[in-house]
Amino acid sequence: MSMNSADLINNAEKEWVWNETPLLKVRGLSKQFGAGCIHCKQPTSDEQEGSRCQYCGSIWACRNLSFDLYPGEILGVVGESGSGKSTLVKCLYFDEETTVGEMSISSYEDKTSNLFEKSAQQKRYIRNHVMGMVYQNPLLGLRMPISSSGNIAEKLFAADHYHVGSIRQRAADLLQKVEIPLARMDEPPKNFSGGMQQRVQISKALANNPPLLLLDEVTTGLDLSVQAKVLDLIRNIQRELRVAMIVVSHDLGVIRMLADRTMVLRQGLIVEQGLTDQILEDPRHPYTQLLVHSLL
Amino acid sequence: MSLILKAIGLGKWFELSLSHQMKVSPFQNLSFEVAKGEFMGIAGPSGIGKSSILKCLYRTYLPSSGEIWFDSSLYGTIDLAKATERQITHLRIREIGYVSQFFKAIPRISALDVVADRLLPLGYSLNQARDRAMQLLERLNIPEQLWQAYPATFSGGEQQRVNLARAFAVRPRLLILDEPTASLDNDTKLNVLALMKEMKQDGTTMIGVFHDWDVMGKVADQILDLRKLQASKEQEQMAGM
Ligand SMILES: Nc1ncnc2c1ncn2[C@@H]1O[C@H](COP(=O)(O)OP(=O)(O)OP(=O)(O)O)[C@@H](O)[C@H]1O
Ligand SMILES: [Mg+2]
Ligand SMILES: [Zn+2]
Repeated sequence: MSMNSADLINNAEKEWVWNETPLLKVRGLSKQFGAGCIHCKQPTSDEQEGSRCQYCGSIWACRNLSFDLYPGEILGVVGESGSGKSTLVKCLYFDEETTVGEMSISSYEDKTSNLFEKSAQQKRYIRNHVMGMVYQNPLLGLRMPISSSGNIAEKLFAADHYHVGSIRQRAADLLQKVEIPLARMDEPPKNFSGGMQQRVQISKALANNPPLLLLDEVTTGLDLSVQAKVLDLIRNIQRELRVAMIVVSHDLGVIRMLADRTMVLRQGLIVEQGLTDQILEDPRHPYTQLLVHSLL
Repeated sequence: MSLILKAIGLGKWFELSLSHQMKVSPFQNLSFEVAKGEFMGIAGPSGIGKSSILKCLYRTYLPSSGEIWFDSSLYGTIDLAKATERQITHLRIREIGYVSQFFKAIPRISALDVVADRLLPLGYSLNQARDRAMQLLERLNIPEQLWQAYPATFSGGEQQRVNLARAFAVRPRLLILDEPTASLDNDTKLNVLALMKEMKQDGTTMIGVFHDWDVMGKVADQILDLRKLQASKEQEQMAGM
């Protein structure tokens, strides 16, 4: 390792940067809730037009979203309530069926095929092996009555790890990483505080060593000091494990602390995206300007 | 001599639409060249747009018009105004450093790790990065008992020294400095000048804003005087009428 004077960038490094491909590629993702009618067959990309169809009441919760995520990168997704943030990550995690669009993940065996078109069984395989998800509500990500170690074991079984001894060790390591005392690893999450539950959920999401982690409002509703702890944990995980993450939050403060790049959603549309410092210091869309100035 | 940076017709305006519509332009139609290994100072009165120029080079601001050609070792000649965000990210890690005018504390990160974090994306292990960070904190006269503390509670001068330690931990191809010595005592200022000289010897090109003409005179090979530029433009306009 050199003093990395830029003149000393070696060819291997150059080649690595040149050949870098996105881990996750999303193109034209749209999601409609409701039956739809002749008036709302297609989502419009017109900001003046709302996302709700005035004839049938259906909603295009996500409209034509396209973006890339690189290995190890943190992409922030910010926007007001109802802007489609949760719907987006749920579509990516196959919790919701995507209406139109394409997604590919480079670390998944066939790299470029549209994962939204896979069979239910293949989708389950993909989410168990290459993704982790942390929900705002720990009830969605954890089974509350079974032990914390059991929750992690469940995720490991799903990802085809069957060696019981190493599963127990892995559960202990993971829970230690999120600062759950070892003595409590066999307690069920329902005994824990909200912040602890969130930390167990994070450790469960990481159990299969996913290259991609999705986090939806994971600090919302927690006390400030507990929020800080969860945010620090996420930051440390990224530093240590270099997992790529999509961090959804309505709170620009969270995004500022974590995200390299940021996407601003409004009524299901990306109204602005850029490097996080640019979004914060040079917001161009009136809605982003409003968000930024509410932060200061 | 070969150029490393060439700005052509660079301009920036902000369209603000908060309480009412507003258009603000810190600078327009600015062109300059920087030779490889050179130190270019930018001078001009407060509010004339010095920081905005630097932020456009670093892409914290998106330039509204013009081109910024940079001789990159990763990408060859590249227009920083149009480079993709991913390209900018790589350039910021490997080739372009930036010292902001005011330190932005990241909550709950120690001074040591603020500096060490600069090195992690370059492939340093945490221990290697912290070793290097300690050397820099020492060079910048930051008392050892502050290394594990959070810079949010530091004085302005101490914060700025952490900021500088972070930037000086690497040898980028281009270093952008916004008033780096403004809040420093004399001894630290001398250390900073020495460090800048070392970096220059190692081949780093620098572009810096200083309010202190004395410091600027000591380091700069070329000075971009915005006031003169403005005046000559006005003259041209008059002549053209
Ligand atoms: N299952 C559903 N059925 C019908 N409409 C839905 C459903 N889920 C979401 N929506 C609608 O889709 C739009 C986007 O909702 P979504 O939950 O994605 O927003 P969000 O950005 O996550 O908001 P918040 O910040 O409040 O969590 C909203 O108008 C919402 O009412
Ligand atoms: Mg939501
Ligand atoms: Zn309709």
